[in-house]
Formats: sequence, structure tokens, C-alpha cells
Amino acid sequence: MVSTRLGQRVIEAYDVTEPGSPINLSELAPGRIGTVLSVRDDSGSTTSRRLFDLGFAPGAAVKVVRRAPLADPVIFRVAGYEVALRRVHARLIDVAPAP
Amino acid sequence: MTRRDRVGDAAAQAGVRLALVGSPNSGKTTLFNALTGLRAKTGNYPGVTVARYEGVASTSAGSVLVEDLPGTYSLDPISLDEQIVTDLLDPDAGVHDVPAGVLVTLDATTLSRSLGLLAQVLQTELPVCVVLTFTDELTRRQGVIDLPALGRALGVPVVSVTSGQTRDLTALRDLLGDPSRWPIPAVLPPTSPAEVSGWITSVLSSAGYEIPQIDARTARVDAVLLHPVWGTLIFLVTMFAFFQMIFTVAAPLQDGIEQFFGYLGSLVETYVTIGWLSSFLSGALLGGVGGVLVFLPQIALLFLLISMLEGVGYLARAAFLMDRVMSKAGLEGRAFVALLSSVACAVPGIMATRTLPSARDRIATMMGAPLMTCSARLPVYVLLIGLLVPSDSRIGPMGLQGLIMFALYLLGAVSAMLAAWAFSRIGRGRSGPLLPFYMEMPPYRIPSVRSVGVSVWSACLTFLRKVGKIILVTTVVLWLLLNLPARSAVELTSAGVDANDSIAVSTYVIDHSYAASAGRFVEPVFEPLGFDWRINIGILASLSAREVFVATLGQVAAAQDPADPSTALRNMTVEDGPRAGEPLFTPPVLAALLVFFLYALQCMSTVGALRRESGSWRWPLIAFGYMFVVAWVMAFAARLAVGALV
Repeated sequence: MVSTRLGQRVIEAYDVTEPGSPINLSELAPGRIGTVLSVRDDSGSTTSRRLFDLGFAPGAAVKVVRRAPLADPVIFRVAGYEVALRRVHARLIDVAPAP
Repeated sequence: MTRRDRVGDAAAQAGVRLALVGSPNSGKTTLFNALTGLRAKTGNYPGVTVARYEGVASTSAGSVLVEDLPGTYSLDPISLDEQIVTDLLDPDAGVHDVPAGVLVTLDATTLSRSLGLLAQVLQTELPVCVVLTFTDELTRRQGVIDLPALGRALGVPVVSVTSGQTRDLTALRDLLGDPSRWPIPAVLPPTSPAEVSGWITSVLSSAGYEIPQIDARTARVDAVLLHPVWGTLIFLVTMFAFFQMIFTVAAPLQDGIEQFFGYLGSLVETYVTIGWLSSFLSGALLGGVGGVLVFLPQIALLFLLISMLEGVGYLARAAFLMDRVMSKAGLEGRAFVALLSSVACAVPGIMATRTLPSARDRIATMMGAPLMTCSARLPVYVLLIGLLVPSDSRIGPMGLQGLIMFALYLLGAVSAMLAAWAFSRIGRGRSGPLLPFYMEMPPYRIPSVRSVGVSVWSACLTFLRKVGKIILVTTVVLWLLLNLPARSAVELTSAGVDANDSIAVSTYVIDHSYAASAGRFVEPVFEPLGFDWRINIGILASLSAREVFVATLGQVAAAQDPADPSTALRNMTVEDGPRAGEPLFTPPVLAALLVFFLYALQCMSTVGALRRESGSWRWPLIAFGYMFVVAWVMAFAARLAVGALV
């Protein structure tokens, strides 16, 4: 079944070494760009698979566009579009900040 | 069975059924509307309450049935909504008959993401046709794509459809008739994440894809609309203007409809000489239909504004600005959409809670959603506010009527949030898994006139059907309750009523009708709120639908003075009890009524929706009970407060 096959996906970390020490995406300041290294499975792998389907794929470039007036959620530009995530989920994504 | 149903069945019998799949904002619904026009019908999937949209599209090979599936970013389901999309497309799931072919709408400006969804759809091994949307926007933003090369790389037909281009649609219609002839990819795309990323990169490079520039216009507008200070201010001003417009722009149209039905009523009274028939036709039938049709301008305007804001892309921004506030209510940002839908009607609002992943959030939102000011409350509010303050009273530059209306909408929204917060606290401890909140911020776009038009049209149609089925029947039944048992001239004379005085007769008949008995029976419950039996009749009748209250009060008033019901309402006096002889609709009583209608669950359709969505009678009973108690207490408080002020 398609849903079973898709449900068994494991998001593997990006294996190319990036300069700079990795931080999680919620720590990246607005205006900065980072490369997605891995999407962690802290809250069940459903979340990481959905984040992958939304374009937060290991190796992809992410830019922090802006934060909401009350600092949460945050809009990111990834895969050629803009999407808002809450910081609690952005924390699951490890990025290597671009210099 | 309507003609539309037969058309749908005919196409279903012909066997060609296509599914339309795509992410939200990919132009999927615009394409659906363009293909099927006004021949779409809404229903539900068997056993679940996810809305099902089907329409018939003409192709060069005859009619095909097109099914617009809920928008999704992935076939890897995280909610019941998404499970349906996956099951509908998966031959192995065996839940539904799979479609003969799948149309996948892909936004050309977000191909790097949306090809992932296409890869998953191709996994079903159904015939697939790609409809590339927004290629004009891609070009404007200096992006490039080679369509034939994309088709070769994917191995499936690719058609570019720019909204409003009939030439593009003709090419698509030629393909739609026979999905079995669509090319099928020689090799299926991979499933594993790393390989999918590689597949997307290689498809895009074969198609010579160049990612479009960031939309400068959107970035400039967002800098203002999402600005911490200006953005918040503009959000509040937008919502405020929204309700002022619904009030002021619709008014002349409503006056016109009112006059037209008044004219029809006078024609009936002139030409129909049988007394009771004339009264039934003008009072029950024309009165009922006209009294509801009069609110069509407001409903059309409401949906016009909502669908325009959505099409432009502002609704996503509003949800972004509101998310943190929603989280204070223990809800997630997506609940904003459910609560906002409830502004139109709580029934779709409650159904929209399906998109919430956790059961606790769903129940909490459902318990709050009916408190949002729905379009059925609008007629009631308009009538009562009209009695409360004159239309020309102003506070500064703002009309007082619009201001009260805005306050009621605000109070409804705040109460809905508080209720959701309370129920999410109660439900804590049984929470489901933490699922991601995400929301796409589409570029600002000018919505197609057709899409907005279809949205307004179907909203009005739904409202009218509701009128036909519920309100008209209730109005007629009520007319009967109010006018039965019939009184003979002998009986009237023996009761001391002059049988030639029509006003005295109708007053006597109503005062001794079945409805009066019911209204008097519940009088002790509502007496502290200042409601008399005539208001109680309206409240009882409004259980079928809130707007019935307007028709009922109108009918009660018309019996007293058929020539001018609204003045009759204004001049109504309390008939018995300690307040006998005083005006009935005093400001404190009007305030109590407004607040009562704000809180009470006077809507059996909503109760039905709650029953279906929560799976038992428990939650609808809890909702009805708690809302009645809150409504009574708050109405009592409002009567006291306004009584102290005036």
C-alpha cells in the first residue's frame, strides 16, 4: 500500500560536511540562510516525514523570512515558497548556518 | 432528484471518473470551477464528513465526472482528511473505487516542493496527467520551464493551464476523455527521501527549470501587512471594515427586496378574496420567503469578501498573525480557519475541525465554533439592532448600528475562544500525538472572477435550499400554530370580539392559538429576561434555524398591523404580568435578546453536525446544555446592565 510505504520512510541526515557548527532552525535569525542537515524524530517520525514533504529536505537551503509579531510562528523560504512553522517544530530541524 | 444529480449519475455510469489532486493554493479549485462550472455538487464521503466536491466536465469524448479531493501536501496521511485522499487513490486500500485517472495540479513557481507530491501520486500507478498552473507568474518572476521536456522527464502528459485561458482548457479537455491513453512513466519515481530529492533535482534539470525570483511585490506587501505594528493594525481595520461594509452596502438592496415582497403581498390581498387563503399566502408564504430572501445581499457580500480575501492570500496572513493568540486558547492556528468558517455557518466550521490532528483540539474547537457569529444570526441581529437604535445614530464617524454589530461579532469570537480554552483544559491528558503546524504563505494573487463568483453563488444556493427545506416549512407550520384552532364568528361574538374588526379578530386568534399555549408554557423560564410569550414563540421556532426568529416575529407583528409590521413590533406592549401595558421591546429586553442569540445553540443543523463529527450524542448535548445556561445567565446580566444604563 502506498500509505504504508510512505509511512516507513526514514529521513536520512545530509552527509556532506558543512562549515560552521550546526544549530536548530528556530535559533536562526531572520534574514539568515542555512542548509538543512537533518530532521529529528523527537515527536514521532510523522512530523519529520511531513516536514520533509513540505520541502525541509536534508541538503535544502532555508531562509528565515520573518517572525510573527509575537515571535511565533516563523515564516521560512524553502523549495521556492514560503511556509510558516511554529518554533517548537522548527527546533526539530538542524541547519548549518551559511557564513 | 435534481437535474444536476442525474447529470452526475450519467457520467458515473459512463465510467470515466477523474480525481483532482493538489496542494492548497495550487489553483486546484480554480481549475475545478473552470472545468465543471456551476454543475458541481457537494456531498460527503460515506461514513465520514469530509466534504466531497464532484462536477461534470465536458470533453471531446463526452462527459467525465471530476472529483475535487481535499488539498494536501502529501499522501503520507497525518489526519483523517488526508487518509481519505490516500485511500481514494490507492488501489490496494480497497476502500473506494479508484478513479480512472488523476489530475495533479502543480504550481509552476513551487515545483521543487510539489514534485514530491507528484512522485507519491505516481506511486499509485494510476494514469496521471499533470496540470501546470501559474506558468504566467513563473515567467513574470524570471523563472523558466520547458514543458515538453518536463513531460518527457516525468513520462506523463503535462498541460499548462493559466487561469482564464480557454485555449489551455481546450487542450486539457481533449486529454480528459480517455485516461487509459495517457502515457505511463517507464520507471516509477523512488520512495526513499534521499532518492526523491535526487529525482526532483534531475527532473527539474532535464526540464531546464530555473527557480523564479522571489516575488518582489509580495515581499513589499508582506513587509507592511505582517509588520508587528502596522500589520496588526491593518488586520483589525480590515476585519472592522469587513462588517461595516456588510451592513452599509447591502442595505439598499435589502430595502428593494422588502418593498418587492410588500408589493406582492398587497397584490395577493387585492386579488385573493378568500380571507384565510389570502392571509396564508401573503403572511405565511410570501412573508416567510421574503423575510429570508431579504438577507441574501448580506450573505452574498460576506462570501464575496471572504473568498476575495482568501484568493488574494490575505487569509493565510491573518491566520499567521492570529496563531499565537489561538495557541493561548489551547488551539493551533489551523483552528482559526474552522472558527472563521463558522462566521459563515457553524456547520462547515465544525466539519473543518477534521483538519485538526488531535481529538482534543477537535472537540475544543467544536465546542467553541457555534459561538462565532454565523450568517443565520445576522438577520436576527439586524432586526433587533434596528429596533434598538435608529439607523442614523452615530458615534463620531461610525454608525452606531455597525458598531453594535462589530461588538457582537467580537464578543462571539472571544466567547468561542474562551469556550475552546475551557474545553481544551478539560480534555487535557487524553491528547493525541504532537503533529506539526504549518501554513503556506502564497504570493499575493488576484483571484479569478469565476472562482469568487462560484463561491458566492454556492453560498447563496445553500442558504436558499435551507430556506426551502427548513425555514419555509417552519414558517408555514408556525402560521398554522398561530392561526389554529380556527374561530367561528359565533365563538368570536360570544367572546365579545367584533367579527368585522380584522385586527381584533387576529389578535384574539393568536392569543388563543396553539403557539400561544406553548409560548405561555415556557414563560416562567424566560420571564426574568423580560421575554413574553410572543418572543418565546420566536425562540422555540428558531431552534430549526435562527433566522426563523425574524419570520416568526414578523408574522406575530403582521397579525397586529399587516400594513406596517416593523412599526407594529416597535409598538408592541407586554400583555400580562407586572409589566403589562409597557413597551415590550425596551432597550434592556433587546440587549438580553441579542445576548441570548449570541450564546444559545438555537440551531438543530449545528447539533446534527456535532453529533456526526464527535461520533455520539454526548458532545452535542453538552454543547446545547452549556450554551443555554450561559445564554440565560448572560442575557439576564445584559438586561440588568442596560437597564442600569438607560
